[in-house]
Amino acid sequence: MSKIIEGLYYSESHEWVKVEGNFGYIGITDYAQHALGNIVYVDMPDVDDEVEKDSEFGAVESVKAASDLISPVSGTVVEVNEALNDEPELLNKDAFENWIIKVELSDATELDGLMDAKAYEGICKE
Amino acid sequence: MNYKYFPHTDADIQHMLDRIGIKSMDDLYADVPESVIVKEYNLPSALSEIEIREFFKELGNKNQQLTIFAGAGAYDHYAPAVISQLISRGEFLTAYTPYQPEISQGTLQYIFEFQSMISELTGMECTNASMYDGTTATAEAMLMAIAAGKKKNKILVSSTVNPNILEVVRTYAKFHGVEFEEIQAEDGVTSKADMEKKLEAGDVAGVIVSSPNKYGIIEDFDGFADSIHAKKALFIINADPSTLAVLKTPAEWGADIACGDGQTLGIPLNYGGPYVGYLSCTKDLVRKLPGRIVGATKDVDGKRAFVLTLQAREQHIRREKANSNICSNQSLMALYVTIYMALMGKKGLQEVNELSYSGAHYLYEQLLATGKFETLYNRPFLKEFTLRSLVPAKKVQEKLLENGIFGGIEVEDGCLSFCVTEKRTKEEIDKLIALIKEM
Amino acid sequence: MKYYDKLIFELSKEGRKGYTLPENRLKNYSLTALPENLKRKEEAELPEVSEFDVVRHYTNISNKNFGVDTGFYPLGSCTMKYNPKINEEICSLPSFTGLHPLQPDSTTQGALEVYYNLSHALAEISGLAEFTLNPYAGAHGELTGLMVMRQYHMKRGDLKRTKVIVPDSAHGTNPASAAVCGLQIVEVKSKPNGRIDVEDLKPLLDDTIAGIMMTNPNTLGLFETEILEIAKLVHECGGLLYYDGANLNPLLGKCRPGDMGFDIMHINLHKTFSTPHGGGGPGDGPVGVAKNLVEYLPNPQVRKAEDGTFYLHRSEDSLGRVSGFVGNFGVLMRAYTYILTLGKEYIKYVGPLATLNANYIKESLKDCYYLPIEGVCKHEFVFDGLLDKSTGVTTLDVAKRLLDYGYHAPTIYFPLLFHQSIMIEPTETESLETLDEFIAIMRKVAKEAIECPDEVKSAPHNTPVRRLDETTAAKHPILRYRDLKAM
Repeated sequence: MSKIIEGLYYSESHEWVKVEGNFGYIGITDYAQHALGNIVYVDMPDVDDEVEKDSEFGAVESVKAASDLISPVSGTVVEVNEALNDEPELLNKDAFENWIIKVELSDATELDGLMDAKAYEGICKE
Repeated sequence: MNYKYFPHTDADIQHMLDRIGIKSMDDLYADVPESVIVKEYNLPSALSEIEIREFFKELGNKNQQLTIFAGAGAYDHYAPAVISQLISRGEFLTAYTPYQPEISQGTLQYIFEFQSMISELTGMECTNASMYDGTTATAEAMLMAIAAGKKKNKILVSSTVNPNILEVVRTYAKFHGVEFEEIQAEDGVTSKADMEKKLEAGDVAGVIVSSPNKYGIIEDFDGFADSIHAKKALFIINADPSTLAVLKTPAEWGADIACGDGQTLGIPLNYGGPYVGYLSCTKDLVRKLPGRIVGATKDVDGKRAFVLTLQAREQHIRREKANSNICSNQSLMALYVTIYMALMGKKGLQEVNELSYSGAHYLYEQLLATGKFETLYNRPFLKEFTLRSLVPAKKVQEKLLENGIFGGIEVEDGCLSFCVTEKRTKEEIDKLIALIKEM
Repeated sequence: MKYYDKLIFELSKEGRKGYTLPENRLKNYSLTALPENLKRKEEAELPEVSEFDVVRHYTNISNKNFGVDTGFYPLGSCTMKYNPKINEEICSLPSFTGLHPLQPDSTTQGALEVYYNLSHALAEISGLAEFTLNPYAGAHGELTGLMVMRQYHMKRGDLKRTKVIVPDSAHGTNPASAAVCGLQIVEVKSKPNGRIDVEDLKPLLDDTIAGIMMTNPNTLGLFETEILEIAKLVHECGGLLYYDGANLNPLLGKCRPGDMGFDIMHINLHKTFSTPHGGGGPGDGPVGVAKNLVEYLPNPQVRKAEDGTFYLHRSEDSLGRVSGFVGNFGVLMRAYTYILTLGKEYIKYVGPLATLNANYIKESLKDCYYLPIEGVCKHEFVFDGLLDKSTGVTTLDVAKRLLDYGYHAPTIYFPLLFHQSIMIEPTETESLETLDEFIAIMRKVAKEAIECPDEVKSAPHNTPVRRLDETTAAKHPILRYRDLKAM
């Protein structure tokens, strides 16, 4: 059974957003890292790149699979998690502790369209 | 149905049909619409091995064996006898792509050696398992630049690049929806000023140049990398790997991607193929590098071993999101040049260049001395050079051909290129010069 | 035999040589005259080894390889048939290997004749009008074929046709080729019987469709029985049909893609026409087209003049150039030799015998491996793992265990329609005895999965190396000797 954390926003493509003020940290869920297996590479955007809701902003690769990262919100990338360059396996260790990008949100109302932990749990059971 | 390639006896076939539970061979195709069943092919009748040999002997007689003084993308270098013997071993020749590493260490290991040697020659950190040829490797380098350039969709290609390479890159660009623009030549080399002007708008993903270029000139790319990187574009150099044993490497010029054709590493002319392309890049770009890549690792018992790696980039996983559709390499030809580089080694490849340089410069001087040619561009070259012909180019070509020599490719109106490799003897060169003198 | 795992670099010793070259008689001209800034600063670290070192090294590493010459490849979708030795002899004839690709046509008539006659033999076998032999591989042919498709629409000014339909069972190369060619992918579903769902196809067909990519038989080895209906529908909407020749082998002697309504196709000479895979290449991927598309084929094209001579032709309407010269000519020589050797008398048995072999294995194993779709297959078929799923032994385990018994693994986890796909294709060149031995081993592995599953899960045990650490390899790639040595 995958871990799910209260207080985050979730997307159907298994990303989460943690909101702090006008910023959002985006990562992948525990369910997603399980499905991928051993993660060997995280393809991340550059700082100052624009991300758009429901558009891809990178990819996560395991040995024999790859999954696009779909942004749950729109905004500007202000930071990427450099630690993942050397240790992509951090996503396997704890997908919620290790965010992938930090975004300055351009439209906070987009968050309303995302799921809470309970709704997301339902998706994972399907 | 008995034939040397089909081991089935009549009794075997009957036994197999019984097991399947059908009456006749035709029942295997019962689901194929009757209207598309073919009766007989309009093809020649089967030939015995004796007849096959005779047939191809006669066909071969319709070809003319010439002494090669031409390059322009295919070079007549020497191939040690060892190579053809080794690559015809069935364990190499008849193997499949090394997807099962436990029983493919032979293939995986030589690919690792190939990658290592090409990286030594180009100076680049990463090299893939090889590409089809130099032209497609250059087109793939363009696709890499476009993928890395995110929203940038323009590629600049120097007009001094070999026309066949240019044409292949242009074709890929057209269908991939990439804007393709040529950089003007100035005095036989890429115009740095024109390149900088075309980089100005900041919409260029990559710049492709080559050295030696289509005239045989060794280009000086001093300052190119800075101009290109200042505009966040990638610097791509197409280089003849044989010459890199002595010439400044793509890495030393500051290139992000190096590509080219490995045919110059001893592969026979073979009427254009099979050759082998190579594609190298910096470490930062390795995840954008298309094709097969072999990496070193260990097995469960701790033994050193090799394996296809970074596969998540490839088409069988990324499908339409892969940067390239290539799903093979030119493996056996990669083995060919690997064995070549092993035999020639550090010194041999330098010697090959020295011999070619000597022959080419001797011919260059002597041709000018005939008074039938004049200098086109006074620039450094290695084994290939271009001169303006003062007699009609066609006449030169015909005269040489009549005397069993292929040389003088018309690079531009009235300008002929010649190439001399280590295989050309002084007698052969002198014969060519004498023929020109007669004109 | 002694285990050998050295790299050629590890044999290197300063001062050793593996070559001889003639003495330089023109020493007045020396590289030292080149400007310093055009020369490399440090020598390339290529090995320094003797000739015998090289021979023994590569012979030793070849012993760690499996090939068609060594044993049976039940490798689905890859058509690993016997590679006749006469082909190798013919393609090495110096009267061909010495030809420079830019020599005048008058001096290469023999080579041009090989090209012309092979392309016409392929056209006859395929039911299409004309072939280019320039593309270097199957994927390259596929890309070239799609370029023909786009060129056709572009030349007619029909610019909105930018989508191509691909079945969900297709190989990943199909969508990748389409994307490189600037086309968007639309997926069409398969029915439970493995065939394209015509009802699912119909609503996709409109004036934005450039065409459809199919293989027939499809990746499950099943004949697309509704092909004539599909061809009619696609043509009616203005699209073209592309045939992926990966599965052409079973059709040899029975039917032709052109007659089914396909407009464009590629052939893998290294599958159907017996040229060796060479450990991953070189192959060759000729592309054939219907009559109305001939002008769009890549340049150069080989034509025959009225006086019977052959020449390289440049078509103005061509899609452009996709290769340096005229393809992997050495591979063309092999394929032409194969066709001439079999001739019309024997080539027609290739498809039926390959199909017979596949069905024989299928029927002999379906009581221990799960056969999701019953019925007669063509040259290959797909099991969805072991019948008994309770053991925890996966398709990967079965594949690795086969290596222990001296077989190459089948194609696994493809097609993606099933979770545990095992795809088997025996080809016509395997004997009943070989098939029976393979069947016996497959049954033995199925039994082992129940009796000693751990033995299977940890396989292989007897191969030169065992299962590899692919995760570390991908996480921290070591791609050259210089980096390996530095560790």
